[in-house]
Amino acid sequence: MPDDLSALQLVLSGDPALLAIVRLSLIVSLSAVLCAAFIGIPVGALIALTRFPGREAIIVALNAMMGLPPVVVGLAIYLALSRSGPLGFWDLLFTPQAMIIAQTVLVAPIIAALTRQTVEDLWVEYRDELAAMDVGALGRVATLVWDARFSLVTALLAGFGRAAAEVGAVIMVGGNIDGFTRTMTTAIALETSKGNLALAVGLGIVLMAIVVAVNAFAWMARRAGERLAG
Amino acid sequence: MSAVHPPLSNLPIAFEDVSVVVGAVTILDRITLCLAPGTPTVLIGPNGSGKTTLLRAAMGLLAPSRGRVAWGGQGIGAPKRRAIVFQRPTMLRRSAAGNIRYALGAARIARADRDARLAELLTLVGLEGLGGRPARRLSGGEQQRLALARALARDPTVLFLDEPTASLDPAATKAFEDVIHAVVARGIKIVMATHDLGAARRLAGEIVMLHRGRVIETGAAADFFDTPQTGEAVKFISGALLV
Repeated sequence: MPDDLSALQLVLSGDPALLAIVRLSLIVSLSAVLCAAFIGIPVGALIALTRFPGREAIIVALNAMMGLPPVVVGLAIYLALSRSGPLGFWDLLFTPQAMIIAQTVLVAPIIAALTRQTVEDLWVEYRDELAAMDVGALGRVATLVWDARFSLVTALLAGFGRAAAEVGAVIMVGGNIDGFTRTMTTAIALETSKGNLALAVGLGIVLMAIVVAVNAFAWMARRAGERLAG
Repeated sequence: MSAVHPPLSNLPIAFEDVSVVVGAVTILDRITLCLAPGTPTVLIGPNGSGKTTLLRAAMGLLAPSRGRVAWGGQGIGAPKRRAIVFQRPTMLRRSAAGNIRYALGAARIARADRDARLAELLTLVGLEGLGGRPARRLSGGEQQRLALARALARDPTVLFLDEPTASLDPAATKAFEDVIHAVVARGIKIVMATHDLGAARRLAGEIVMLHRGRVIETGAAADFFDTPQTGEAVKFISGALLV
């Protein structure tokens, strides 16, 4: 098909516009996953290792938040960052930073929920040994997160998948501004609506390649790590 | 092994009218017992007799429902210099050496001393050369000896062993018991639970027999096996089913 050939030519020629979009997409998604990991891993581990009234309700809510609708998150962040909103003074609306915030809100519950499950499962295994070694609360969290690190890669991948594929929230808070806040997903939606299928398909190919490459790299790193650490 | 010292400040461990009740089930029933310094004490009895629970209470991992456990004559918190090897020890997801290093760190052994201690412990349990191997890839017998090394990293005065050879073949059992003899020779008090009469005969200096959460009989191992005083002990030694 002519469109497919044009798309491939765009990708192979290293079209500057396409590369700029890919670069911004990666920056936004990876930054969001990083921020979400800093929030989600400690929160998940804390919930896994502590017992308090309402814990089950929080776990149910956390699991439910894994399916947060991106447009609802986008709307909430839009309202918060708009000039009349509580965070309007940050002046972040329609910037990459706003997109990172929105994706962090979407990804953090995924990482927290998967971390909670992973750490809790490992805690069942380790509880007696760590108690016998008089390991304190902070030491337990650090030990469990470290020893679960290869499993937690899956949580990070799930978060990256969510961020990389997401379009609703970033288009609302980013505005899809050409050369500034246009990502692969928002560009695909826009170019498709304009009938520019070559660029849309080219971006789709790149997006799929990136997701597959990141997962393949993580899988290989996990296998290598498990071989070394057991 | 210079790293392991024999002070006995945590002993005796005195059970004073100790009961452990979980729900409607009485697991330990008014146990009064003294685990004194000296030769290994072996807790024997059929499955469900309360051996593991007694070890966990002695270790301080379990609070009695009634009565108290006193270490070194004190009823305060469990002392630090005690360690346990569980029946199915969990290997941390690290190398064999990493497991021992972790235990040395948890026991707050000075960093400068850890390499030497690690080498000593690996040699003691016969795992020299396997330090870099992932702990979970070791054989069952090797994992059990690694768990022993990890326990000894705490420099314990008393070491609890919960059916440590229950799932090992004869060769692995012998290797484990050889290490236990070396540990005993260094003055560390061993308290071991088992339902294996052979292991009890080979290792015990003192026997405590449990049945249905109660202490049925105690005494020197030779006396217990030669002249048991209770019907339950006679049945157990003869190999009859004790239920």
